[in-house]
Amino acid sequence: MSAREAILGKVRKALDASGNAGRLDNVWDRLMEAPAGIIPTRAQLDPEARVELFCRMATQAAATVARVAGEEVVPAAVTAYLRARNLPAKVRMGGDRRLKAMPWVNERTLQVRHGPSDGDDEASVSHAAAAIAETGTLALFSGKDNPTTLNFLPDHHIVVVDAADIGGDLESVMRLARARYGKGEMPRTLNFITGPSRSGDIEQKLLLGAHGPRALHIIVVDG
Amino acid sequence: MLITSPAFKQNAHEALADAQLQKAMGHVRSGFIDKRSHAVEALPEFDALRDSARAIKDHTLANLDLYLTAYEEKVLAAGGKVHWAETAAEARGIVLDICRMHDAKTVAKGKSMITEEIELNDFLEASGIRPVETDLGEYIIQLRGEHPSHIIAPAVHLNKEQVEADFRRVHTDLPPERDLSDPASLLGEARRVLRQKYFEADIGITGANFLVAETGSSIIVTNEGNGDLSQILPRVHVVIASIEKVVPTLEDAAQILRVLARSATGQEMSVYTTVSTGPRRPNDPDGPDEYHVILLDNGRSSMLGTEFQEMLRCIRCGACMNHCPVYHAVGGHAYGWVYPGPMGAVLTPSLIGVDKAGHLPNASTFCGRCESVCPMKIPLPKMMRHWREREWERGLNPTAARTGLKFWAWFARRPALYHLATWLAFPLLAVAGGRKRRFGFLPLAGGWVRHRDMPAPQGRTFMQQWRDRDALKQGSPL
Amino acid sequence: MEPTPSSRTGRPNVGLFVTCLVDLFRPSVGFAAVKLMEDAGCAVDAPMTQTCCGQPAYNSGDRADTRAIAEATIAAFEGFDYVVAPSGSCAGMLKKHYPALFRGDAAWEERARAFSDKVHELTSFLVDVLGVRNVAAAVPGTATYHDSCSGLRELGVQRQPRALLASVDGLKLTEMAEADVCCGFGGTFCVKYSEISNAIVEKKTANIEAAGADMLLAGDLGCLMNVAGKLRRQGSATEVRHVAEVLAGMTDTPPIGGR
Repeated sequence: MSAREAILGKVRKALDASGNAGRLDNVWDRLMEAPAGIIPTRAQLDPEARVELFCRMATQAAATVARVAGEEVVPAAVTAYLRARNLPAKVRMGGDRRLKAMPWVNERTLQVRHGPSDGDDEASVSHAAAAIAETGTLALFSGKDNPTTLNFLPDHHIVVVDAADIGGDLESVMRLARARYGKGEMPRTLNFITGPSRSGDIEQKLLLGAHGPRALHIIVVDG
Repeated sequence: MLITSPAFKQNAHEALADAQLQKAMGHVRSGFIDKRSHAVEALPEFDALRDSARAIKDHTLANLDLYLTAYEEKVLAAGGKVHWAETAAEARGIVLDICRMHDAKTVAKGKSMITEEIELNDFLEASGIRPVETDLGEYIIQLRGEHPSHIIAPAVHLNKEQVEADFRRVHTDLPPERDLSDPASLLGEARRVLRQKYFEADIGITGANFLVAETGSSIIVTNEGNGDLSQILPRVHVVIASIEKVVPTLEDAAQILRVLARSATGQEMSVYTTVSTGPRRPNDPDGPDEYHVILLDNGRSSMLGTEFQEMLRCIRCGACMNHCPVYHAVGGHAYGWVYPGPMGAVLTPSLIGVDKAGHLPNASTFCGRCESVCPMKIPLPKMMRHWREREWERGLNPTAARTGLKFWAWFARRPALYHLATWLAFPLLAVAGGRKRRFGFLPLAGGWVRHRDMPAPQGRTFMQQWRDRDALKQGSPL
Repeated sequence: MEPTPSSRTGRPNVGLFVTCLVDLFRPSVGFAAVKLMEDAGCAVDAPMTQTCCGQPAYNSGDRADTRAIAEATIAAFEGFDYVVAPSGSCAGMLKKHYPALFRGDAAWEERARAFSDKVHELTSFLVDVLGVRNVAAAVPGTATYHDSCSGLRELGVQRQPRALLASVDGLKLTEMAEADVCCGFGGTFCVKYSEISNAIVEKKTANIEAAGADMLLAGDLGCLMNVAGKLRRQGSATEVRHVAEVLAGMTDTPPIGGR
């Protein structure tokens, strides 16, 4: 008998599962319907209040947040961020169409490289698929638009998110994933990111910048 | 790993005398508790979410076979591979096969208690493969040849001076005059040293906080980012998870996520919640080429359908040990195996046998603080008591304790004799207590008077006096 | 003896579950409880057929003896409107664990449930059931209150004793740190694992000393004997009493473990 059959056999015996035909229907219904459960009222807000809550919660999680008026000023906001921290004017980003459409050429000093990170990038720019006001969390799907390595290897991770894509709760991202990839399907990686990397492993003292980015900068694009 | 649970008392004795440990445990007492309590206060739905989370796990466990097969089907559909392992040895064998298939020399590991449970590191090393722990706490204890003393803060038993000494001992290629006096410099050094390891590793191994049947995804919840680097840089990602980690849907995972981080570290949400599904897709520029899941039983199926089934709801947040006065006093290593604190006191006897782990469910005051903070509302004291019942049935308790208890119970079941005996004894004991009204020494009460005085009884018992009062009221002679 | 039915007296008819520790070590707590309930208009009796709630056996895994003791206890209190114990631990045993003990037993389950419905811890009985807001007592000094675990977490006893203490003339209540953390007593735990118990009670006494009160109060004699034993051993000046003694104004007896 295979380990699979042995384990499932033990489970079925322990659950006394024989002859309970209704179980399969219940399980199937749950998988198909994916009922939502309890959604905190905290983020059930109108769109503007939701954006404000997102900014507040992200800041509380030690991210920095800038709100800009439109996509056309994002490159300038990126340059401003790098300059304010005395960082080299260099960023790495994927092939995200919204990022590509931005006027990076206006930033003459800024060097933009494309593709996944090889570990030598100090700063990266990603476009979040969505964000969650409830906890100040960003949601990023893997793929060539926004390679996952950009979320973790650079010291500074700059994430652009459209204000219109900021949902109230975690479940809004689950719905988005289903709409984008199909029911039951997912991209290779969905990263929920709430603030910069940290560790409290030495004497419970919380320090930013463990293995992932030391800093997370969020640019919220209005309009 | 050597099981020292039978020597719990001796372990505790040494832990109480260990000044470094006692200093370090002070951080647990102050840090985790306040943070959790603030996070809980900030979310009015917290308690309702606990009930929701509990119901999700109960439903899943009642249909575990069906959810496991549904999950398996989705992993395969996403291009992943599923391996089933009944025992720790089988799981280790599967890992080794995967390593051999890829001629792996180095394995990068995300933090995972299940790999501690199956003692994977020792096994890989014996097989000529180098496992590198990448979580800061795990890295530190790997350097020391220790095991985690806490399920989410593996190095919580250490102070920064000890970490500094370990780093100087091991990182010998770095300048000896470097400053490592504060935790930030230690973290920076670990970050630099480990960064290279992710790129060198042929295989990345992580655990899983959840397996999602709806999508065939595994989810890890972390703060450092090492679990992510361990799975996206090496060519192969291996997930090792015990069978009770499965939940039906992404929504169900979301419910439990809301109680997990708050209970564990007091965060609204951990920094990285990562949902991984299969290997990289054809156009993906990064991510692993292969994705394997090892579904491990290792004793879980034997807990199903028993009074210990509810323990399978555990999401390993650590809140129970963070709030446990016994854990605070002795630390995690005293428990003598992988899982410490209240959850360990229930789980360890299930996994290694109550004959070896019998002390653990007994070493509790039943103060109930663990159950009161458990996000999954697991009745931990109740289950510790169930273990005590099994020990009592099997006669595993010390003879003196059994005899003493039976003697007392014999009287307690016979009120007339009980009162007669106590009416004679306690007034005498009161007299013996003298003017100080306490004893510094008392035969048969060594455990008590070694550390504290024993207050003396006042004199005649309450029931004795009550009978007199009653008799007086009714005007009848005594 | 048969308890007086409440219909005859028109007063709530309370059976006092004395608890074995109060019975044997500190009867004054029992009399204080009786006074408090009589002052609040209750008729109180303590049936002679009671001994102990059975926790030592229950927590040692000895279910057979526990059941036998529980059956006798239930029978002893069947004629009363209420069963009140000056202990959160014993009241918790009677109220929360007796029904669990008899679950699935046709003959006893309903009896156990009916019994447990009537059970209350003393201070919560006074406040939540009888609606007592003030007690007629004057005890000068400052006190700090330790929340015993079972009362706190099984029965929700926390604000009731503090509300009543606030009405005691001349008494100032000052909170210690970690008032809701275990004192390390734990029944047989304190002898089986005496070193760990000692480490826990040392933290408790340090918090008590830091609170700077003259008096430590709590609602459970087990915890009180443990803490008093430690404070006396440490040479502390803090006196230890059961909360009922202070609420009843019966502080003429020497404190637990003496001074």
